[in-house]
Amino acid sequence: MMSSDRIVGKSVPRKEGRDKVTGRSQYVDDMVLPNMLFGATVRSQIPRGRIRKITFGAGIAWDEFVIVSAKDIPGKNCIALIGDDQPCLASEFVNHPEEPILLLAHPERHLLPKAVEAISIEYEPLPAIFTIEESERQAEIIWGEDNVFKTYLIEKGNVDDVWEKAEYIVEGEYSTGAQEQLYIENNGMIAAFDATQGITVWGSLQCPYYIHKALMALCALPAEKVRVVQMETGGAFGGKEEYPSMIAAHAALLAMKSGKPVKIIYDRMEDMTATTKRHPSRTHLRTAVSQDGKILGGEIDFTIDGGAYVTLSPVVLSRGAIHAGGPYYWPNVRIRAKAVATNAPPHGAFRGFGAPQSLFAMERHMDRIAREVGLSPVEIRRRNFLQPGQTTTTEQVVREPINLEKLLDRALELSAYHAKKERFAKENQLGLNRKGMGIAAFLHGAGFTGSGERYLSSVVGVEGCADGSVRVLVSSTEFGQGTKTVLSQIAAEALGLPYENVSMAQPDTLDVPNSGPTVASRTVMVVGKLVQSAALGIRQTLISSHLLPENYSAEEFRTACQQYVAERGQFRSWSRYEAPADIFWDDQKYRGEAYAAFAWAVYIAEVTVDLTTYSVSVDDFVALQEVGKVLHPLLAKGQVIGGIAQGIGFSLYEKVVWQNGRMQNGQMTNYIMPTSSDLPPIRVFFEELGNVYGAYGAKGIGELPMDGPAPAIVNAVADALGVPFDSVPLLPEDIMDGLTAESQERNFASAGGVR
Amino acid sequence: MTDSRQSRGKIEISFAVNGEPKTVRAYPMERLLDVLRQQLQLTGTKEGCGEGECGSCSVLMDGILVNSCLVPILQAEGSRVVTIEGLAAGETLHVLQEAFLECGGAQCGICTPGMILAAFHLLNEKPEPTIAEIKEGLSGNLCRCTGYSQILEAVAEAARRRTAA
Repeated sequence: MMSSDRIVGKSVPRKEGRDKVTGRSQYVDDMVLPNMLFGATVRSQIPRGRIRKITFGAGIAWDEFVIVSAKDIPGKNCIALIGDDQPCLASEFVNHPEEPILLLAHPERHLLPKAVEAISIEYEPLPAIFTIEESERQAEIIWGEDNVFKTYLIEKGNVDDVWEKAEYIVEGEYSTGAQEQLYIENNGMIAAFDATQGITVWGSLQCPYYIHKALMALCALPAEKVRVVQMETGGAFGGKEEYPSMIAAHAALLAMKSGKPVKIIYDRMEDMTATTKRHPSRTHLRTAVSQDGKILGGEIDFTIDGGAYVTLSPVVLSRGAIHAGGPYYWPNVRIRAKAVATNAPPHGAFRGFGAPQSLFAMERHMDRIAREVGLSPVEIRRRNFLQPGQTTTTEQVVREPINLEKLLDRALELSAYHAKKERFAKENQLGLNRKGMGIAAFLHGAGFTGSGERYLSSVVGVEGCADGSVRVLVSSTEFGQGTKTVLSQIAAEALGLPYENVSMAQPDTLDVPNSGPTVASRTVMVVGKLVQSAALGIRQTLISSHLLPENYSAEEFRTACQQYVAERGQFRSWSRYEAPADIFWDDQKYRGEAYAAFAWAVYIAEVTVDLTTYSVSVDDFVALQEVGKVLHPLLAKGQVIGGIAQGIGFSLYEKVVWQNGRMQNGQMTNYIMPTSSDLPPIRVFFEELGNVYGAYGAKGIGELPMDGPAPAIVNAVADALGVPFDSVPLLPEDIMDGLTAESQERNFASAGGVR
Repeated sequence: MTDSRQSRGKIEISFAVNGEPKTVRAYPMERLLDVLRQQLQLTGTKEGCGEGECGSCSVLMDGILVNSCLVPILQAEGSRVVTIEGLAAGETLHVLQEAFLECGGAQCGICTPGMILAAFHLLNEKPEPTIAEIKEGLSGNLCRCTGYSQILEAVAEAARRRTAA
């Protein structure tokens, strides 16, 4: 065995890295099939209404086009996910702008835009609603009986009794905007149909088995006649979790009707305006605080805008609600969470999945409490941090030996927090720049929430191949995070083989089992653990068949494996998820072990606000986190820096401009993400406590870094200016408005005004 | 659809791609990007936005970094184009490709070809760039995965290796 020369913990070369740097990787748009047609989507131009009439305009050779409407759907006209309310193609009613109505296909890609334009749709418009508040008012009911997709109630202790014991009652309301995932590769799919094999789709996607499920229902085909293959995927961030099922469905319908392969590739504007974004949110916090700054209890109302259909909103809401209390001890709490409907395209999965929204509120609120109580942002956190043995808002006992105070102290030291605060206090008296420091302390649960992993019941396989190498069989997808690399490391480690001897099967539902969706920071922790145990199965089999001694070399393994396959045929070992016995979750009361493990972090941002332009620059960013054992330091660091960059965009640049439910700035020229010139040095540090549930002690890491930047940066801006800001994105115009309002208030107060 | 109808309005364009002479028939306003990808099967050049903002389709044209989504093929007549496929010498990676691999400069890989060509262009102009110059030189290429740090390190590392060699 090579246990002295461990592979986990080393920055081995990325499995598919060579193909990526040479341009050889095959993304869906790089793939061409013989006789392939190109598909396009005709979409709703209004937010809500009844379709009256569809006219195919003059000047287009319509007989050359394949045209698909809802009538061509062989099975159920819905995208099967959680609810079955979202149609694949609208037939009578449309409920949001850009809702798909018709599909076109033609051999010449460039003829499609003109054809789409030549189709005019007459509607009978219906009143539409666009904000959380309009949805709550229920003047129009656009979904169900009350516009509410889902609610949760988390209750701990007795909140009603805390108010009279409180020295301070601190209240605040916080909001976050929609955010576009903005993967650089737009969405795309190719579908091919043949009566005997059924439907096959190749695409840019995160979750092969979500699409598999959606296509079975839509095409009325049995499992074995639907095949989904993931191509190299150019970024996803949650944005390719659920919407690819829609595009796959569209390509499949065109392929079934035409009998030819059909490729649909969205252009940037279609991708930005029609597909999912991060849920806009509103959080109201009311907290009872003791004289010495301890949270006695409180109420948190967390509301998200789900758009027009259910899609993943209940799950996003759940994660947001569970994270709403932050890494703090609440003896009493009531969290009311609600996802409401509006006439916007459905909002969906995006890295962090509800947690960046509610944690922004919590961490801004901690600074507000500090201010009202007269403590520093450091001290208020210190006094309220969760300690091992205490319980979270869902009454999950913190079993990990996490020491948040120590984490905070180290982050303060790394960022030279106190020295800088002192320096800025002097420097901010002069000149046209104001500098500030902001802290965010937070946690992120790894894996599916509550009983989620039990329901998923993921399966992975490891195969001993005829040539003596090893192949990992999972539907978990690579889209930049390093899935292929880390899962290979785990298999190699478990088998005591060199990393090079392990390869990854292409995620293809014909070939790989359902290891669950590649979401929720679950891949390394949950799937990795299963890969480890399936790999050990291979080893055990070879040893118990007397083909391999207990201690073996890589060459001995190769020979034994070759011999096994030659004598007995296919050699595969499977491992299925089993919930640990000590994890309990009550879905009704929303109580118990919400996550098998949490990652913990303290981030500190240093900013400068320019008082002439009101622009904010982040000058330094310290990111300290405890993510269990780091299996691949280079990839882990890359995940954290990338997540923080997206978080900085979420905080300061990325604003979706809405008009009647439609994104108005659906281009990279007017929706602004950070460039290499916009980002500060991002300094990443890890603590490694380990984790009994994850492969080799790993926890999740992918989403955590998205949670911290917005509160750290906005806290820093508030620190620099002495004015609170409670929304992101925080653009220069918002800062100008905030400062103007503040100075007016001050003038009003100094003039002796009352109101 | 008949051949004559398909080729009506098309013109013949001759240019060099990665050192090899090529002649294509294309509509004059067809994008260089599409000709490279569809006619020459050089799919390493990627489309991210189609309007010159993201830089994923960056190639070199007569030594100048261009967004191939904004270049009509007409303009390519007689030019020398270098794409990502032209950087490695057979199986031997270019020093930039090596450094991207080692420093974590490629995650999802979709911006990588354009990013590497932008870096290649930068190092031609400035063999020993400062980090600020690398940031500036790559600011026309968007990456959503990395937060750029490991890309900047890769370019700095490649510059070091080139000057050391």
